[in-house]
This record gives sequence, structure tokens and C-alpha cells, in this order.
Amino acid sequence: MAVSFDPLRRGDAPTSDRFSEEGAGPSPIGESQDNSQSPPLRGVRSDPRSGREANCLASRRTNAPQGGRSAVGTVFAKILPAALAFALLLIAWELYARLGGIAPTVLPAPSRVLAQAWENRAALGENTLPTIGATLAGFACSLLAAFVLSALVDFLPALRRALFPLLIASQTLPLVAIAPLVVLWFGFGLTPKILLVALVTFFPMMVALVEGYASTEREISQMLAAMGAGRWRIFWAARLPSALPYFFAGLRISITYAVVGAIFAEYAGAAKGLGIYMLSAKNNFRPDLVLAAVAVSSALTLALFGLAVLVQRLAMPWERAGRDGKSDPSNEGRP
Amino acid sequence: MTRLELRDVRKSFGALDVLAGVSLDVGAGEFVSILGPSGAGKSTLFQLLTGALKGEGSMRFDGAPLDGARFAFMPQRDALMPWRRVIDNATLGLEVQGMKRRTARERVAPLFAEFGLAGFERAWPAELSGGMRQRAALLRTVVQQRDMLLLDEPFGALDALTRAAMQRWLETMWQSHRWTALLITHDVREAVLLSDRIYVLSARPARVVREVAVPLPRPRTESAALARQAAAIEAGILDTLLGQPPIRIPDHPMES
Repeated sequence: MAVSFDPLRRGDAPTSDRFSEEGAGPSPIGESQDNSQSPPLRGVRSDPRSGREANCLASRRTNAPQGGRSAVGTVFAKILPAALAFALLLIAWELYARLGGIAPTVLPAPSRVLAQAWENRAALGENTLPTIGATLAGFACSLLAAFVLSALVDFLPALRRALFPLLIASQTLPLVAIAPLVVLWFGFGLTPKILLVALVTFFPMMVALVEGYASTEREISQMLAAMGAGRWRIFWAARLPSALPYFFAGLRISITYAVVGAIFAEYAGAAKGLGIYMLSAKNNFRPDLVLAAVAVSSALTLALFGLAVLVQRLAMPWERAGRDGKSDPSNEGRP
Repeated sequence: MTRLELRDVRKSFGALDVLAGVSLDVGAGEFVSILGPSGAGKSTLFQLLTGALKGEGSMRFDGAPLDGARFAFMPQRDALMPWRRVIDNATLGLEVQGMKRRTARERVAPLFAEFGLAGFERAWPAELSGGMRQRAALLRTVVQQRDMLLLDEPFGALDALTRAAMQRWLETMWQSHRWTALLITHDVREAVLLSDRIYVLSARPARVVREVAVPLPRPRTESAALARQAAAIEAGILDTLLGQPPIRIPDHPMES
């Protein structure tokens, strides 16, 4: 009963006392509030509240007073379901590996993977750094190339018709077959890794940018032209900023491909790196170390994904303003 | 004094005739409207004026053939850039003209109060209401200090109440600034409220079917008598637009 009243409690401040008194009878509502909340309720509750806050620009900018504790709570509630599901999966795996009588050389329990990862942390770290380097170097090259080519294509539509079929074809190449060849051609150094990372990430970035430019509001371009702006000016002032949301959508996707690309390249041949580490661990019948390296690469991918989200937030502050302050009736002043 | 002078301006896209000989004049400090049904080619006319399209016929400004940079253009939707703060949207035209952003900001900032935007200089466009966005767009248009304003259905996307408020606001603004302005609209009431003269266009291919002077004193929302006179003019224009024989209203001497 207490839980069913709870959304009203938060959403409607003046009546909250009354509800908490009613709820206090059957169950101690004070305790259930912060610890044993069911997550979906929290999610539902936080949204209308932030919507109400948006009605006043001033309160949105200083939303700390209401928030402090509940803001942390909201974040916690958002990740709680995923964390729970992940924990359940690990527990099931652990139980199956332990009680099923399966040899650790076939399926090691998560606890063993963790312990071995800690024991081999030096080697893992040593092999992670080159992977990070290859990922970032390859991705940087890919971004640069995508930006330059997309801008060229934007100015020369004929180039687009020449290039796009080639680029699409490049996406049909199976990485498994290409990676050893690229290593064969370019050796065990950084070059083949950069090329392979670029191969998997360039096309999504290119498409994102080209479509982003095309999304520019026609009236903005017309207005700039009427102001006397040339094509170059229109590109910088309107087409490029218009492409930012597309760019970041592409960035979030392709940064995850980038790590996979780097590991594939290392798998095909490298002195150091997570890919070659996985390969040698597998050849030594150490699935626990393979999985430890997999966990590291997952963490790396997630960290890069998070970084991309963070950069997007910093680079596009207006995006959040748009979500919070849209159709704000209190701003409708008379001239 | 006539500033803008169009004579027999024509434009067709392939076999599609859009403008079939439009002639009109706009005097200095005059507010003129072009009123016509949707799809009549009103916006095409503006594109010819801003140089986005090339057509036939004579377009002269202050007696000389029209060259670019005469007009400050306000497009149909506000076309505010969501990634620029309101003040930086307002300075856009000045920046395109080559002014430093800082100088442009200093030039524009004092105007925010008059445009009902004081305190919102640093806001993002998404934080503004529809009416505020239009005022910001108009601010961006007038600070360019061009010879003439081109307003392309500036209030078409607003709800009816906000639109009425904005029309009254624009009328007071125009009274104190006396911009030379050409307004495109399909809102008869808006045209009568704001204009000194109205050119009524036919459906496509567009030509001027009627020229209506609106000699009412301003502000035109002040008295019931004025509202009645305005309503009579509106009714006459509507009859023309809808193809009915025009009711007789006294013809007013055209301003020159």
C-alpha cells in the first residue's frame, strides 16, 4: 500500500504529509523510501518532477535545492535494473560452473576469472595500453578522414556518387579475412591496426556526417545566403553545426567498433595487445585469462562510449536546454 | 520616394509558370504587403529579390538595377540556430557582414529590452516561447541595417493568440522605426492591420489582381470604429481572393 501511494507523495508536495500518515499504519514508509524502492516507480516519479521544474527557467538553473539526494537516487535507480540483471547472470554462471562439475579449463567461474585477472594484472595492463593506443590512433585517423572527405563530398556531389559505392563495398569485407592480409602487407607495427580500425569506423562516421550536413534547415541556409554568406561560410556556420547530433550518434556507435577492430588486428599479428594476449591465452588453455582480457576490452569499450557521451554533452549544451525548457508558458511575455 | 520598383517580373520552373508579370512599388518608410493564396509564388518572389533565383523583368532599387545586399530577410519559420545563444543568433547578420562577434554583441545587446527579450541574451533558442523566438528572429533581421525588410509569413507558425499579440507588437515597433518593409502573408487581417498598401495576388501563375490602400490611422486596434473600417477592407479583399464580385468600398487615393 505504501508503495502504491509513493508516486503521489513525491509528485505532489503539499499532500505528501497526509499520504505518509495514511501509509504509516501498515508499513514503515520512511524506510522503504530510500532503500527498498522498486526501480520502475522511481523512474516514473522522477520524470514528471523534472518536467515541472522546466516550467521555470530560474528553478531549472538552480535545481540543486530540490535535488541533491534524489538526483543521486535517480541515477542509482536508472542503473539498478541493469546492475541487477548483470549480477544475476554472474551468479547463475558461478553456480553452474561450480555445481555443474565443469573443468575450469573449459568454463571458469567468474570468481576465478576475477582472481586470475588480478594475479595477471601486470601482463593485462601491459597488453591493454597498446590496444588503447591503436584504437585511439586508428579512430583519430578515421575521424579526420571522414571529416575531410565528407566536407569534400558536400561541396562536390559528383564525388559522392564516385565514392559511396566504394565505401559501401568496403563494409562488405569480412574482417576475419582482411585482418591477416593487412598485417601481411604492413607488418606487426601500428599501421595495420590503424588501417583496420579506420576500415570499420570510417564509413559510419562518413555517412553520419554527410547525412548530418543534409539535415540543415533549408531556411537557415536561405537566410544566410540572403545575408551575403558564401558556400564556405554556410558550411561552417550552418551545415557543420547541424551535423553535430548525427556526428555524435555515429561516434557512439563506431567507437565501440573501433575497439573490436583493434583487437582483431592484434589477433592477426602483434607484439603486444589484448588481441594477441587472448590468442596466446587460448593456445595455453587458459579460458579464464581469455575472459579476463574480454572483460578488460568490454570495460575499455564502455569507457570510450561514456567518454563520447560526455564529449557530446559538453559540445552540445543547447541539446539539454531544448529538452528541459521546451514550450515554456512562463516565457510568453507581452511585448 | 519609391525605393523598390518591380516591373513585369516573371518566373517559371520549366513549363510551370509561377509569376506571370508582377509589378509593384514600395516607397521609403512604407509597409507594403503581398497577399495571396497558398502556393501563389509569394516566396518565389522573395527568392528573386534576395538573388537566390533568377527571373525575368525589371527589378530596381532607388532607380538602379537591384544588386544583392539591399534586404534583410526574415524567413517563414524563425530559422534560429539552436546551437547559438539568442544574442549570437541576433548578431549573425552582422558577423556575416564581417563584424567581430564582440563588437556585434555590443551593438545588439541594448536592443533586447525593446524586443521583449531582456534577460534572455544568454538563453538557448529552445528555451524561448514561440513569440519570443519570432521577436529574436526579427531582431536578427533589423540589426543588419539594410535598406528594406523582407518578412516572409513571419507569424505563420504561431498559435492564433500569440500571432495576434505579435501583430500588435510589430505595428507599434514599426510606428517607432518606420522601416521600409515588404510582408508576405496569406492572413488578410494581418495584412490590413500592418500595411499601408496591399497587393493582392491571383492563384498561380501569380499576377497582381488588385492593389488596396489602407489609409487607417495607427494603432489600428485602438477603437471600435477603426476595427469596423478594417473589417470592411478585409471583407473586400477576401471577396477578391475567393473570386467573388467585389463589394463596393470607397477607393482611397493611392499614396505615392
